[in-house]
Amino acid sequence: MSSYLYYPGCSMDSSAKSYRDSLDAISGPLGLDLREIDDWNCCGATEYLGTSRTPAYALIARNLAIAEQQTDGSRTLVAPCSACFLNLAKADHAMVESPAFGEQVNAALAAGGLHYDAGSLKVRHLLDVIVHEIGLEAVKAQVTRPLKGLKLAPYMGCMVPRPDYDQRWESHEYPREFDRLLAALGADVVDFPLKTDCCGGHMTQISPPTAFEMIRRLVDNATRAGADMMVTLCPMCQMNIDAFQGEMNHFFKTSYHMPIVFFTQVMGIAFGREPSSVGFGRELVDAHPALNRIGRVEAKTDEEAPSHARVPRAKKTQGLPMPSMADYDEVKL
Amino acid sequence: MTTPAVSPPETGAGGPAFLAEVMRATPGNSRLDMCIQCGTCGGSCPSAMDMNHTPRQLFAMIRGGMRDEVFRSNTPWMCVSCYYCTVRCPQEIRITDVMYTLKGMATRGKKYPNSTAPDFSKAFISNIEMFGRSFEVGLTARHYLRHYMTRLPAIAPMGIGMLRSGRIGLMPPKRIKGMDGLKKILAKAKDLEAAS
Repeated sequence: MSSYLYYPGCSMDSSAKSYRDSLDAISGPLGLDLREIDDWNCCGATEYLGTSRTPAYALIARNLAIAEQQTDGSRTLVAPCSACFLNLAKADHAMVESPAFGEQVNAALAAGGLHYDAGSLKVRHLLDVIVHEIGLEAVKAQVTRPLKGLKLAPYMGCMVPRPDYDQRWESHEYPREFDRLLAALGADVVDFPLKTDCCGGHMTQISPPTAFEMIRRLVDNATRAGADMMVTLCPMCQMNIDAFQGEMNHFFKTSYHMPIVFFTQVMGIAFGREPSSVGFGRELVDAHPALNRIGRVEAKTDEEAPSHARVPRAKKTQGLPMPSMADYDEVKL
Repeated sequence: MTTPAVSPPETGAGGPAFLAEVMRATPGNSRLDMCIQCGTCGGSCPSAMDMNHTPRQLFAMIRGGMRDEVFRSNTPWMCVSCYYCTVRCPQEIRITDVMYTLKGMATRGKKYPNSTAPDFSKAFISNIEMFGRSFEVGLTARHYLRHYMTRLPAIAPMGIGMLRSGRIGLMPPKRIKGMDGLKKILAKAKDLEAAS
């Protein structure tokens, strides 16, 4: 067993319950011992950073301080949410880079009886730990139901591959580690050019048309790539693409149907778990028709949503071509 | 929108004062003074189409000391924090961090004309300061009632779906145990920020 300090973040208990349940189901088989730090607080997402600097960093650093206090050996703090991961890494990075700023943050923490030694913890995203520490061989060893025939679009979003302070990924814009993980489950991984594009973040709340256009691009790109499902590693991405897909369709008068689930959920399926035990059924864009492609499934409803509903015709391409890899199938994943 | 008076041109011994102020308010070295006006940022930005100014334009305005115009621009608020510009900038300017700084400065100066975005941040933060955790339903319900009444018919199926699948609950989160300590930390941090 490899043990890690674990910071779940607020959404694991609410909108991302399927992430939590599926992670619980796969951590045992993977030998992943995640020890939740006691009494953590919200990381402030992208809201506090845009309001006031020292309070925003102090809020994040309180988690680093209590994690450091509670460690029983592990110096690695794992977060499953991209925003939580980046905030924790960002605060640590800023405190290391600018000792004067680090002192200011520690002066604030001292008011609550806490202190954090900048740089003493390594902050890592869950996907990074599974791919680089647990390793693909260990993942493959657990696969009892290969996802053959299931076409997955690996969607990493922005905050894990960028800015990537510790240079964990082979590229900021087209990393392939996530593709390799899904391929290790036996899935057909499609070439998804927008894999590190943004889901719109909080734009659904402050500029809906901006958000809808960003969601549309992603869903459209995944549909055209022939994906049955998008697979994500971030609660915000899942929420935007799943929960707001209906309103986006309403806005553009389109009828996309692109389910999006967490990578831990498809890992759970590949490890032989029942779909409902790894959170399938909680998504608003039903993923069961897609799951049927691997020839099994308990349907959520009687109605079968077509996986590729009416999609607007592509405009004639006049600008530069989108980045894509024509020889993708031949490239060794 | 009427155009209010423009900022007076800035002169000062240490170069443009506004540029220095923005850099001072950003953690670490933002390298904002290194901008070569190449436009890679705007070309990389997924939400540039909805911005009043591309990041490149905004940085020229900062250098020109156009304080009021910068704070009235929606550009920082349209930033989605995707860090494309940050990793592509040939001068390695931390553009995303600069956008965070500008939002904070515009909010404190009460310059930004549209309240939707600052109001969302404020509500999000007040939840954290009350519970130590975020409260998605409370936040969203308040925000929709205040800013997006007309979206309610289109969004209702989503809300119902989220409730039925157990992904949202109506009860606020349980307060963290260290709430008193967290309040003290944030109060102290606010004092330090005001003094710096």
